[in-house]
Amino acid sequence: MASRPRTRERAREIAGDDVRARAGAEEAAPGLAERTEVMTVNIGPHHPATHGVLRLVVDLEGEVVKDLRPIIGYVHTGIEKSCEDKSYWKVIPFVERMDYLSYFFQMEAFCGAVERMIELEIPPRAKYLRTIFLELNRIHSHLVWLGTTALDLGAISMLWYCFRERDRILDLFEMAAGQRMHTRYFQVGGVIEDIPLGFEAKLREFIADMPVRVGQYQDLLDRNEVFLSRTKGTGIVSRERLLELGVTGPLLRAAGEPWDLRKAFDYLAYPEMDFKIPVGTVGDNYDRYRVRVAEMVESTRIVEQALDGLPEGPFIADDRKYVLPPRSELSTSMESLIHHFKLVTEGYRVGPSELYYAIESPRGELGCFVLADGSAKPARVHFRDPSFVNLQAFRDMSVDSYVADMICSLGMLDPILGGVDR
Amino acid sequence: MPDAPGLELIRGEIEQDHPGAVLDTGFEHGCASLAIDPAHVLAVLGWLRDAPGQGYRFLSSLHAADYLPATPRFAVHYELLNRDRVERIRVKALLEDPSSAGGVASGGPRTEAQPPPAGPPEAATGPAAGALPEIDSCVSIFPTAEFQEREAYDFFGIVFNGHPDLTRILLPEDYVGWPQRRDFPVGGEPVTFTYNEHNYG
Amino acid sequence: MRSRQLRARDMLRGDLEGEELERYVEERVVMTNFDKMLGWARSNSIFPLTFGLACCAIEGIPMAAVTARYDLARFGAEAGRASPRQADLIILSGRVSIKMAPIIRRLYDQMLEPKWAISMGACSSSGGMFSNYAVVQGADKFMPIDVHVPGCPPRPEAVLYGFTKLQRKIQGNPDQGWRARYGAHGTEEWARGGPRSEPSTEAAEAYEAARGLIGA
Repeated sequence: MASRPRTRERAREIAGDDVRARAGAEEAAPGLAERTEVMTVNIGPHHPATHGVLRLVVDLEGEVVKDLRPIIGYVHTGIEKSCEDKSYWKVIPFVERMDYLSYFFQMEAFCGAVERMIELEIPPRAKYLRTIFLELNRIHSHLVWLGTTALDLGAISMLWYCFRERDRILDLFEMAAGQRMHTRYFQVGGVIEDIPLGFEAKLREFIADMPVRVGQYQDLLDRNEVFLSRTKGTGIVSRERLLELGVTGPLLRAAGEPWDLRKAFDYLAYPEMDFKIPVGTVGDNYDRYRVRVAEMVESTRIVEQALDGLPEGPFIADDRKYVLPPRSELSTSMESLIHHFKLVTEGYRVGPSELYYAIESPRGELGCFVLADGSAKPARVHFRDPSFVNLQAFRDMSVDSYVADMICSLGMLDPILGGVDR
Repeated sequence: MPDAPGLELIRGEIEQDHPGAVLDTGFEHGCASLAIDPAHVLAVLGWLRDAPGQGYRFLSSLHAADYLPATPRFAVHYELLNRDRVERIRVKALLEDPSSAGGVASGGPRTEAQPPPAGPPEAATGPAAGALPEIDSCVSIFPTAEFQEREAYDFFGIVFNGHPDLTRILLPEDYVGWPQRRDFPVGGEPVTFTYNEHNYG
Repeated sequence: MRSRQLRARDMLRGDLEGEELERYVEERVVMTNFDKMLGWARSNSIFPLTFGLACCAIEGIPMAAVTARYDLARFGAEAGRASPRQADLIILSGRVSIKMAPIIRRLYDQMLEPKWAISMGACSSSGGMFSNYAVVQGADKFMPIDVHVPGCPPRPEAVLYGFTKLQRKIQGNPDQGWRARYGAHGTEEWARGGPRSEPSTEAAEAYEAARGLIGA
């Protein structure tokens, strides 16, 4: 909306008002001259609240935040421009690194968009595997969020407990894909490799343990006086205002709006899963915390159901025009060799079209817009990143509250600057 | 998504109130899109948001695209979402490139010796002062567009009239050039091998 | 045990003299020179700056490498300082964009001597996969880096290995190559020669010079 002037005039205006109001007091109690002035403080881009390189220019009156302007772009990597130079499957490692905690989601957004453009059906096993990994990534992202946010609020041990679980999830990723982060596991047509032996057993151990651990986290934090007084009643933004600002994800659900793209749009194996969407009531920071912790439990249930219902079959589509043939065929079939050669050197072409495809990432609606012009390289890849849009709500959350509440809101907002800056 | 006949109905209704607004409709891969004239963008978006049967009150994404060899060159995409019926519709406002008449490329990479820009953004594209494409800002209808319009300005040089604070958001404030235009080079350095390393300091 | 107690009692009473006293002191006090001790102390109590840029930050210091599994505290470096004035070591974990580069340079300048820098990951070592207008192609371009750790992102073990290499660098004793440690000289293969081939004189000289440099 209209931005308030943050200049010297405004400072004088506020100071002037207060001085005039206190003129009477000054005469009554001589020597007690008070002036309030608005102090502009620069927080970041390097600061201990480890949410990345976010710079905030904050107008403070004492400890009360009067205005706030986020300045971003300190980790802008030009990923969208780089993608225009690469063939479609080479784009996948690039877009993974945008929002660097939810890498599987970016892969799914991009691969899903391209699959819809070329109208390629992925096999059911691939859908279930993708769902399993997406939900594991959601748990991973929420664990890192919980660890770092609790660290910001002073509950330092939470970092160590959450990262213990997170290391277990990364072990699972490493078993399946070979790398802990940025796995390049999803490809257009399915997943790049099937899960190895022993993965299912290890995943079941994790699923059995996870609700117990989440219970332990709640025991640590839920009745902690300091945590409760810092988070309850702070950072409230109304549901209508959040919708106006385009905020989605746990922030919107904490304010009472039951909007989740997993339930709204049918994609992957979510229609066959039975899960609830945690919804808050007031929309303060405490609700955001509870919503995300409950989402961790729900995601564990989804992973369990997907693992139980994992169908047999191929893990990637058969269409050799878009999907690499298995290596065993390369020595026997000339056609496979030619397909492999074409796919690796030039890549497949996608006819002129454009598509926007959105999924529910741990932070909200992650949308991918791909514009194809008929060549082997996309003409435009744009990601609608949830953290970028959610950051617009930060001002509403923090104005007229204390600096400490602003730090708490920043943690509960869960911005990932890689996604904000791309 | 509204299906193809539904899309034609929407077009017809918009044409009644704002003739000449809708230039084209498109329906591919199950997604509906309306191509409109940029002068009517606020009217069309407002109609889609407020008209009784429509209710596309959520702007999912605002982004721009450069269709370079084709004209009109730029398009600002508005992805609208109707949360009650769970339907998406895309509105594309097609913009011409005003500087293309003079054949001026829109500012090279920062390392070229160009004078730093001064004054209004219209003068910032280089020696021939090519004008920038303009469109009305929809922040008054959809406040979520604030950051996203700044991003479109930052990368493509599209000026949004009426935006409260149209400055660069992701690149340094004094950067010259519009990087995501198709004629802007990707930049970077070639990989240094031993046969060419003497070229690089 | 009893004899040791008696000797300790003698020493405290001033009864040990001359050679016996010298031997007694040598057995109990570590003799070294000041530089080595300084190097040992500095390398085992590094205060890293809590500075994370992008993905590598999640996987390295300040996150995964500090937490329980890949504990950085066993090297004495868990005291991460937020202010550059109080930190020794800056770990560039993540891609360095053109907007952030002057700020990193300012942070590095604010650190007090002696200070070191580790460039973690491919993006800060050389621009990584992002060869474009927005990423500085290697933090070397604007600040001195002591150790580069490759990977995208490097495993926490790799970061810790880089950290221990830095520790050895601080101690002034660079790491020996594996051939020295395992006595594997003679296993080198020279180009176009195959196993157990002989090098040309230039190659042999260059190799000897390099081995001399690393003190093998």
